[in-house]
Amino acid sequence: MENKMIKQISVFAENKPARLEKMTEILKLANINIRAFTIAEAGDFGVLRMVVDKPDIAHRQLNEAGFTVSETDVLGVEMSDSPGALHEIAHILGSNNINVDYAYAFVTATQKALLIIRVDNISNAIAVLGNAGVALIGMKEVEKI
Amino acid sequence: MTDYWDPLIERMPVDELKKVQEEKLVQLVNYVYNHSPFYKKRFDKAGISPDDIRSLADITRLPFTTKQDLRDTYPTGMFCVPQKMIVRYHASSGTTGKPIVVGYTQNDIKEWTISLSRALTSIGVGREDVVQVGYGYGLFTGGLGLHYGAEMVGASAIPTSSGNTERQIELMQDLGSTVIACTPSYFLYMSEVVNKLGLNFKDDTKLKCGVFGAEPWSQEMRQRIETQTEIKAYDIFGTSEISGPLFTECTYQDGIHIWADQFLIEVIDPKTGEQLPDGERGELVVTTLVKEALPLIRYRIGDLTVINSEPCKCGRTHPRIMRILGRTDDMIIVRGINVFPGQVEAVLLTIPEVAEHYQLIIDRMGELDTMTVQVEVTKDVFSDKISDLMRLEKKVGKSLKTVLNLSAKVELVEPGTIPRSMGKAQRVIDKRKI
Ligand SMILES: [Zn+2]
Repeated sequence: MENKMIKQISVFAENKPARLEKMTEILKLANINIRAFTIAEAGDFGVLRMVVDKPDIAHRQLNEAGFTVSETDVLGVEMSDSPGALHEIAHILGSNNINVDYAYAFVTATQKALLIIRVDNISNAIAVLGNAGVALIGMKEVEKI
Repeated sequence: MTDYWDPLIERMPVDELKKVQEEKLVQLVNYVYNHSPFYKKRFDKAGISPDDIRSLADITRLPFTTKQDLRDTYPTGMFCVPQKMIVRYHASSGTTGKPIVVGYTQNDIKEWTISLSRALTSIGVGREDVVQVGYGYGLFTGGLGLHYGAEMVGASAIPTSSGNTERQIELMQDLGSTVIACTPSYFLYMSEVVNKLGLNFKDDTKLKCGVFGAEPWSQEMRQRIETQTEIKAYDIFGTSEISGPLFTECTYQDGIHIWADQFLIEVIDPKTGEQLPDGERGELVVTTLVKEALPLIRYRIGDLTVINSEPCKCGRTHPRIMRILGRTDDMIIVRGINVFPGQVEAVLLTIPEVAEHYQLIIDRMGELDTMTVQVEVTKDVFSDKISDLMRLEKKVGKSLKTVLNLSAKVELVEPGTIPRSMGKAQRVIDKRKI
């Protein structure tokens, strides 16, 4: 199951411009490549979420620099970059009663769309998506993107 | 096992203690009338002669002394002795207006030290102990006060003062400090540094207790400190106008013992000035019974507390004041509601997800006061789900609303962003400028 999951790094941050700068500087110095990145904001604070090539190192470096960091297992769902692709994924999860906590997407160099999702029941989600023939990427693929 | 510094006095029957107080009060009133032009004028104006004061009950006839009186007579206008009798001066920092200067005769220093010797003995501090004094040394009374007390009971005092925290921790380990004396907020900061160094108090130091004061702190804060660091956290009380740090709780942690042969305490209604009976919450008023240089009659200290005159389980018969949650000076009025930072602290620390550091920011939007409570999220509870964090904000807001009857905006901030203090923490930032 491990190779079907991605480790996402989440960072708690107050909405102050310098924090993002500081954080990205730490990642740059640690030679970490960011594959996907999103900021979710809720008024006075936000949560930065990202998929990186070396999550363990990123976690440690950010933690040492005083950031509040957590690692979350998420799914990287491969979609064809065409209309209706997202709907199909949503349909599979929805009809199996799996709730999506949040999602964000990006397009890879190979013209595939990659959807990062956090769900309430990750092992169920892996099973139903697998049964439906949807490809999930793991950390190995993230390193190669 | 209970040890006493002076068992005869500390366990003296209450009625005998009252007799001692009465005698000393009568002497004091005559002393200040004859030695302090300030008090002579004040008594004359109130139509009181020293002969009118014959019993403890007569004390209510005497006028109060206030902090403003000490400021108005800056620097030494209320002293009862000439400079040649003074062996030391301390002064308040004077953030508002003129500082307050306090002078001590040789005997004043001795009485101050006796008071702390009794206190330290009551929490089991003695020759076997190493007392690290992390209160500031200098014009502030905290450092030198504790220092003299620790030496008197035969403990080894380490005058580290505050700051230079890593060095403090190193000395604590190398010299085997068993007692730390500092502000609770500085101790919290020290704990953070200890953790950062990969150490913990229990395994890496010999620390058994802390003597925390100089700022109000709540029962909830005590519980946090005691569970997290596995040391006993004792409250110490005193203020420079009446000497400095003077009194602590005993090991039963059930109120601060006030030595009645040295100080006479009352609690009054802050609005009417009426004396309140035992058990009623009001403003603490202190009369110094044995001070020579700067004795004070019915001094309005400003702390809000409750007196308990029942003898303590430890055998001491002197009255206790229950944990002090705030001072009249600390009180902030937000939208007409009285708020004490201590109340807010008590609410926050009952919520496990909230760290010990917090700040209140009071501002005004148009005609309306706003209160923002900034709290740090702890690393252990950080969830990457926004909904969890917003639920936490709501939970804090709701608890505050229940206790304060006031809506506050709750802001979660990153750990380490609320300024840490080496001395008294600044819990309130009032941005209202009227
Ligand atoms: Zn006691």
